[in-house]
Amino acid sequence: MKNNTSELKKTLDIREIIRKAINSQKQPTKTVLSSLLAIEDAISYIPDEAVEETAEFCNVSINDVWSVASFYTNFRFTPPGDKMLDVCWGPSCHLLGAQEILKSIASAAEVSGEGESPDRKLTVRYNTCLGACAQGPCIAVDHKVLGFQTPDKVKKLINGLRTKIK
Amino acid sequence: MSKTYELIKSNALDKWETLVQGKPWIRVGGGVSGEAAGSDEIFATVKKSIKENGLDVNISSVGSIGLMYLEPIIDIKTPNGPRIFYGNVEQEDVVDIVVKHLIDNQPLFSKAFAYEGLPNEVVENIDELSTLPAINYQKKIVTKNFGNIDPNDIDQYIANGGYKALDIAVNERTPGEVVDEVKNSGLRGRGGAAFPTGLKWSFLAPSDSEKKYVLCNSEEGDPGAFNDKGILESDPHTLIEGLIINGYATRSTKGYVFIRHGHNHPISATNTAIKQAYEKGFLGTNILGSDFSFDMELALTGDSYVAGEETALMEAIEGKRSTPRFKPPFPAAAGLWQKPTNINNVKTISYVPTIVEKGADWFKSIGTESTSGTALVCLSGHITRPGLYEVEMGKTIRHVLEELGGGPLDGNEIKVLQAGGPLNGILGEAAFDTKIDFDEMSKAGASIGSGGIIVGNKNTDIVDLLRNLIAFNQFESCGKCFPCRLGNTHMLEILDRLCQQKALAKDLDLIEKIGTSMKIGSLCGHGQLGYNPISSALRYFKDEIDACLNKENEMTGPFANGTMMRPTRTRPQ
Repeated sequence: MKNNTSELKKTLDIREIIRKAINSQKQPTKTVLSSLLAIEDAISYIPDEAVEETAEFCNVSINDVWSVASFYTNFRFTPPGDKMLDVCWGPSCHLLGAQEILKSIASAAEVSGEGESPDRKLTVRYNTCLGACAQGPCIAVDHKVLGFQTPDKVKKLINGLRTKIK
Repeated sequence: MSKTYELIKSNALDKWETLVQGKPWIRVGGGVSGEAAGSDEIFATVKKSIKENGLDVNISSVGSIGLMYLEPIIDIKTPNGPRIFYGNVEQEDVVDIVVKHLIDNQPLFSKAFAYEGLPNEVVENIDELSTLPAINYQKKIVTKNFGNIDPNDIDQYIANGGYKALDIAVNERTPGEVVDEVKNSGLRGRGGAAFPTGLKWSFLAPSDSEKKYVLCNSEEGDPGAFNDKGILESDPHTLIEGLIINGYATRSTKGYVFIRHGHNHPISATNTAIKQAYEKGFLGTNILGSDFSFDMELALTGDSYVAGEETALMEAIEGKRSTPRFKPPFPAAAGLWQKPTNINNVKTISYVPTIVEKGADWFKSIGTESTSGTALVCLSGHITRPGLYEVEMGKTIRHVLEELGGGPLDGNEIKVLQAGGPLNGILGEAAFDTKIDFDEMSKAGASIGSGGIIVGNKNTDIVDLLRNLIAFNQFESCGKCFPCRLGNTHMLEILDRLCQQKALAKDLDLIEKIGTSMKIGSLCGHGQLGYNPISSALRYFKDEIDACLNKENEMTGPFANGTMMRPTRTRPQ
């Protein structure tokens, strides 16, 4: 889950990590999608090596793997920032003020929409629903959902995250 | 009752007795909604405070009881006392609650909102749980165990009557009898299409294929809906038992529970539950001594709303892009890996154990003529008591909003409801007296669909809400059918213009044409229903939409700057 990709790279060949992720799938049904999800869990993104390894593991073409990887919106092809910040823009949070949260996040993280903060400490992603609508507006930091957000709260949170991570 | 089940049940009951009678039992409500309210931290503090005070207690993290407006919730049951519920617990209250309740034997009534006890027990100052309007108005079938049992402990489910229906089905009934029971109960699919469940099962049952699948759809990508995930994280065994019975009735070989990657609470609860069901012999070969064998697995999908469509879901399980297939062939003939397949929503499946146990007539007696049973309703938005509630079919929307929801937040009147997910309608005041029932709701231009009811107060801008819904539909179109792919994009452009006060009267004619083409020309519900939000808005809020037309250069509305931050299909790299 944690994306210490740069450190991992130093110690292990990325291909090794990918193979390990693919081979450690426990469920009986292993597919292109399940392999890609396992890789995403391990390194948070899908590098070219992951596409190749998945193609080999599933005995399909590289094109087949690309078609799947490019379809699901959770997959990305470059390393994300150190922390993943999901922000809900669904209708329930929208009515409770999500647009103000999004604006505050954009300014605190210095992003214009989705993407990485300039220091790459943070990746901002828009999420269609985090599933805690009763506690909206919601955001999630590394998949942990936080409810009752305000523009001030998220600003503080982001400033904290950006100074804390060395 | 079979010998095998009897033994399992008596062991589970022993464990339950020890749990309830032996030591105090602290339950902390969790799940994703609890997590968002801070329950993880509360749970950690409770544990710490127990340790510091050297107390000998049982402590469980349970799912949400549904009263999400009171989260984080802690409840404490002492062996000889009632169960006391504490709501909106803050970090600094935890030590006080634990010390006062368990050491001083004096519950901290100032933080308590209800108690649950024996009929003759009365606790001063607070109400009995079942007398709270938000509980009293409910009819709990699927959610009966929510917040009461630890979702990670199969024995607690069994002690509360779990897997009894499975034993009845595999040891006392033929598959045909189970199908008939479900047919006679009048159970209809809770995923949105409201197709009679028993009838659907009867399509799959006759096939003699070596491999047959039953799928359970918990994808639930709809914003504003959290009932499917609620079942998985609060009481996953209800669903698993239902799916095994579904497998038996249709003589299938394997079941898949399908959910979106990243929803960690429901995923881990379901994985644990499947593992425990195997250990008890409810899954695997010769289930409960019968000659029925059945396997089950959790399948994950990536982020894609369309993956919740039945054939797209099969593509996703096969590991491909989740785009819908052409029908025919229908899933009952050629579904997952081209084998005969049945697919139902989590909620639908979760009714099955109770129907088998209590009988079709009992279920039919609940609800309305056309829709038996209950509806799971997720209230969110501008409402006093947001939460997950189960109500008998036939109650009116207004009652649900007032009795369960406690009316509008901050006294502002309710203007609009978004019911059933972004492919369904938005409703105005005129529709609030509609009965919650598949047919009545669809007449009103909405649907029970996903179960989500998002409440907007009088300050809600309808055009802005519409744009948000269409932006979702546009973003989530899988792109396979061009009427849906281009139509949603085009409709969103028009809504952008409406919000920017640049739209002309002819834009409304255009949007209707687009909507109609989408309905006719799309393979699945995403395109077919994509115009619903707009058509229903035109029905209930035409004046407000008209007021945005032909206003070029006036730029006075609340959205005069016209922008809305939203994701685009071109992902940042």
